[in-house]
Amino acid sequence: MIKSIIYAISAWLIPIIVLGSLAWGLVKKVPVYETFVDGAKDGLKVTVSVVPYLIAIIVAVSMLRASGAIEIAQHLLSGLLDWLKIPVDVLPVMIIRSLSGSAALGLFSEIAHNFGPDAYVTKLTAIMVGSSETTFYVLAVYFGSVGVKKFRHALCAGLFADIIGIAAAVIVARWLFL
Amino acid sequence: MNYIWFLIILISVISAAYTGRIDAVVNSVMTGAQKSIEIGLYLAGIMAFWLGIMKIAEKSGLVSSIARLITPVAKKLFPDVPDNDPVIGDIAMNFTANAFGLSNAATPMGIEAMKKLQKLNKDKESASNDMCTLLAMNTAGWQIIPATVIAVLVSCGSKNPAEIVFPTLIVTTIAFISAIIGVKVLERVWTPQTLKKEPHND
Repeated sequence: MIKSIIYAISAWLIPIIVLGSLAWGLVKKVPVYETFVDGAKDGLKVTVSVVPYLIAIIVAVSMLRASGAIEIAQHLLSGLLDWLKIPVDVLPVMIIRSLSGSAALGLFSEIAHNFGPDAYVTKLTAIMVGSSETTFYVLAVYFGSVGVKKFRHALCAGLFADIIGIAAAVIVARWLFL
Repeated sequence: MNYIWFLIILISVISAAYTGRIDAVVNSVMTGAQKSIEIGLYLAGIMAFWLGIMKIAEKSGLVSSIARLITPVAKKLFPDVPDNDPVIGDIAMNFTANAFGLSNAATPMGIEAMKKLQKLNKDKESASNDMCTLLAMNTAGWQIIPATVIAVLVSCGSKNPAEIVFPTLIVTTIAFISAIIGVKVLERVWTPQTLKKEPHND
């Protein structure tokens, strides 16, 4: 029952936002078509700037997977990961997520293409990557812009939230997709 | 990131030597590079579409009206900000832009808010409680639709990429709330900023 409501909200949220934005734009007499094209240009720019990062990470992770290193890690950590029902391929994502957003996206793309969109690993990684900002990047940009040198409790709070987020992603994915 | 990248490649080469799969590793360099461009092409379409729609939400004032609704809550989260200070508006806009996935718009607003908080800050070298709260709000990155993740799912042929929308929303909400709780609890136990005599041992 709750699960089917969740699936319905998932399916309807995007159409509602798209329709709502367009309708509101027309009400407010915004030239929606031109504005859309303008924003889409930004979207292309974002993608172009992300691709070099994708190449760096996807090549490195493809090498890692082909080399058999993942199997070795699986062998070493299988007890713990099995117990938590976390696929071993998610491990690098959990570590890199707080350090680099584009690297996490690269890892996720690699997993999605390797295991297919319907695999449990893909869905779990999707939730993990989609639910967080890059803590260290945000810290550097925001505090860097005002010249603050002592972060005090900000880093701790950010990492605490990251860990809770990872745990929540595992629990929610297990509940809905396993 | 430099070391991590190097480490991944180093481990690959060492394990390839151990497992004897160096041919497969060489091969994977080519296929990996090719795959990255493919993914990039697919990403481009959906990212462009989503940011196009979000630009309409921004231009039509939808983003700023929602920001106005959030303002009373934002005031409670930033108790050291004086009444009617414009920084609350910036914070609300920053949050709303993030929620809509407009990170290009959210970052300048967030930096603007951070600069105003720095003006209210007594010790310019170290972050005030409010600055830490703003930072925690941004590192948790509460977002309604994870557009890039959906784009990747579409690029590998997902038939129902939207199924991860609500689960992700649940998780990002939990993470966001824990960031707020975390920052509020930690600000009590951390060394108070202005009471310190030695500003250099943090």
